[in-house]
Amino acid sequence: METLLALLFGLLLAAACYMLLARSLPRVILGLMLLGNAANLSIIAAGRVAGTAPPLVERGAQALAAGGSNPLPQALVLTAIVISFALTAFVMVLAWATWRAEGTLDPETLRRAEPPALPSTDKEAAAEAEARP
Amino acid sequence: MLALPAIPLLALACVPLVGWGLRRAPVMAPWLAALPAALFLLVLTTPDGAMFSLHWIPTLGVELAFRLDGLSRLFALLIAGIGAGVFLYAAAYLEGHPLLHRFLAVLTLFMAAMLGAVLADDLLLLFAFWELTSLASFMLIGFDAHRAEARRAAQQGLMVTVAGGLAMLAGLLLLGDAAGTFRISAILAQGSTLAAHPAAPWIVVLIAIGCFAKSAQWPLHFWLPNAMAAPSPVSAYLHSATMVKLGVYLLARLNPAFEALALWQGLLIGVGTATMLAGAVLALRERDLKRKLAWSTVVALGTLVALIGIEDPLAATAAVVFLLVHALYKASLFLIAGIVDKKAGTRDAMQLRGLGRRMPITAAAALLAGLSMAGAPGFIGAFAKDLLFTVQLGVPRLLPAVALLVNAAMVVVAGVVAARPFMGKPMETGGVAKDPAVALLVAPIVLATLGLVFGMAPHLISAAIIEPAAGAILGRPTGIALGEKQGGTVVMTMSFAALGLGLLMFLGWRRLQPTLAGQTWLDTYGPDAGYGRAMRAVSAVAVALTRRVQGGSLRGYLAANLALVFAGAALVLVARGGLALPLPGPWAGPAQLALAAVILAGALAACRLRALFGQVMAAALVGFGVGILFLTLGAADLAFTQFTVEILAIVLLVAILARLPFHAPDARRAPERRRDALLAAGVGAAGTAILLAVLSVPFDPFITEWMGKAAVPEAKGRNVVNVIIVDFRALDTLGEIAVLLIAALAATVLLRRTGKPG
Repeated sequence: METLLALLFGLLLAAACYMLLARSLPRVILGLMLLGNAANLSIIAAGRVAGTAPPLVERGAQALAAGGSNPLPQALVLTAIVISFALTAFVMVLAWATWRAEGTLDPETLRRAEPPALPSTDKEAAAEAEARP
Repeated sequence: MLALPAIPLLALACVPLVGWGLRRAPVMAPWLAALPAALFLLVLTTPDGAMFSLHWIPTLGVELAFRLDGLSRLFALLIAGIGAGVFLYAAAYLEGHPLLHRFLAVLTLFMAAMLGAVLADDLLLLFAFWELTSLASFMLIGFDAHRAEARRAAQQGLMVTVAGGLAMLAGLLLLGDAAGTFRISAILAQGSTLAAHPAAPWIVVLIAIGCFAKSAQWPLHFWLPNAMAAPSPVSAYLHSATMVKLGVYLLARLNPAFEALALWQGLLIGVGTATMLAGAVLALRERDLKRKLAWSTVVALGTLVALIGIEDPLAATAAVVFLLVHALYKASLFLIAGIVDKKAGTRDAMQLRGLGRRMPITAAAALLAGLSMAGAPGFIGAFAKDLLFTVQLGVPRLLPAVALLVNAAMVVVAGVVAARPFMGKPMETGGVAKDPAVALLVAPIVLATLGLVFGMAPHLISAAIIEPAAGAILGRPTGIALGEKQGGTVVMTMSFAALGLGLLMFLGWRRLQPTLAGQTWLDTYGPDAGYGRAMRAVSAVAVALTRRVQGGSLRGYLAANLALVFAGAALVLVARGGLALPLPGPWAGPAQLALAAVILAGALAACRLRALFGQVMAAALVGFGVGILFLTLGAADLAFTQFTVEILAIVLLVAILARLPFHAPDARRAPERRRDALLAAGVGAAGTAILLAVLSVPFDPFITEWMGKAAVPEAKGRNVVNVIIVDFRALDTLGEIAVLLIAALAATVLLRRTGKPG
């Protein structure tokens, strides 16, 4: 079972990387979502799959029965799901704001912070590149 | 024995006091000269061979060790003595300057560092003080920071001396390693055995580079004349009398250990002679008073280095005498050049004429210093010149001819700087020139007069100063007293020949100078231009490298990071034997295998589909597939959170995409896609391999078991996942909520800024 999770993790990771490298911001966001899923799978796998019973303490019992699923990675993943959603939502809005401000969704053409003419040994060329909108 | 370490450390402790105190009470500035004067007396009264040591960095074997012997006493006396004059002069020279307190504080720092460097008995301690002098020099050359010329000169001086210092540090470490100690006295006690060490050539060359850079030896001599951008007291103190002699000091200090090496002698004599020649030619060519003096300082430094390379008691004596003579007249002449500059408004030797009548006292001081420089009889300069000629005649071939030319050039410099500005008819622009205040005159007069006093009464310094210092350079007593007549008629003849040739050149200098200045190739292909080219090349390389590394392409940054992760993981896993398979465990059921296939299909579709909405749906398929997989693994809470979040995310994404040009395709071209796919596959494979390696390690269920046991009795909860989230790891959850809120807040701000959607 863990081997299957490990293989699945690798595949999702590869798909996520491929999407992150896309020259289209919406696809980069999809890559981010895939990356979150891949990471969560790896956490579950690292906590091992000892059983499939939910980690609930039976009525009358005082402790978790052996052979159930591991609650700790589940708690960590729960936190991770929410945080990756927060990140995804923020990045979506950011992409939209970028489109409004710059008129492009191709990250390669977003060069305001690092203009193609910079750095330059020529002072005038550098100042010009800095001033260009 | 506390007086010895107190000499540099007291001065060091005064630095902040000077800066703080003089800022509030600038009128007290002249009284600061009492500090070097007191240190002068302290050096004078400390007995020869005094030692002090304290563990400073014991783990590295660095000691706060000081020692006083003849050589360090000569230097310390020059530093404190000339320092007293220069401090007095500087307080008057920069009177009313808003940054006078800073200037004097840095000057005090410099003096402390110099004293520390010449008194240090530990190689690394010496190095620390050595670099401190370079820093002080940087700040003082660049004191007029609003002038681009001063900034460039400051940077150049720092670059050259610190680059040399770096080489020297390597040499010093090698030396300490070869000798088994960093204590200079212990190294010198080993005699010439070090010269036979296999690392000796490296040590010699590396240390020599540092000394040559510091003491402005050819071809690293170019920074010194540019350093004349500093105020005149700095030129007098740092760049003629003391700091530039630090390289000479270290060479002299280590001479007993390496004098037997042919490399040592050849290097010192060769570079010293080249420096003398280059300096003499450039000194004749220069019109600016201070730069002219600087070139003649280069000549003097070359002379000293060559003298140290010549292994002979007479040479060691000549080096010491010349060092003293040069410090006295050169500091004096620089201070006078400062006065002339201030009063006549120019430093151009061609224009300066006839100041003698208006500035008789200045002229007299200049004459005294100039006569000592020219080696006139009766002055201590005459002893130095006789000694120099005697030594240089003993080295056949090149040196006598060089000595003749160089000495003649020194006569010209002495004449042009010390006599010419004061002779003849008064210049028109010099109408307001008159002798300056006493505070400016004391130091040049005293220093120039000392040249005459010591010349008349050499016994004052012979046994007390000259002989011990020369003995330290030679490694044994020289047995030569100052004032003994050196050389025969040949030396006399050469001496007069040099004087005559110098006088001839001086009379023809008005015509000689333009001819030499016309040789522009000296500038075009000189080391100063080379320095400029090298600095521009550094900038060009930095720009090219930055464009390559920091190209502004997000894809490029990401790809580089991913490739590094992949390569690093692969390297560790394959090369260090990290590849492993998990321990056997339960098999995946058919439902899980089917879900895996769905997730796989979703991921592939997300990558392969062209239409954005199709890709969104494929990604959603992956999310829901993972959610159901969680459900089959007994993680019900996760599954439901995942479903909720997935739905929310898709709704949000679609809502936003509807306002974006969603039909715009991924702009990647086919080759880019192939490269990206390859990289992504590599990263994925590395990820799987790492996770498999993690799974091959037996699981430690300690924390899980503890949480399973504690959930009911301690947290009164039966859903262990919930207990962990709201109780055991409640702070994590608080952080999670904070992240969510911050993201929402930031998103709101972005939405507001860009106006209403739609």
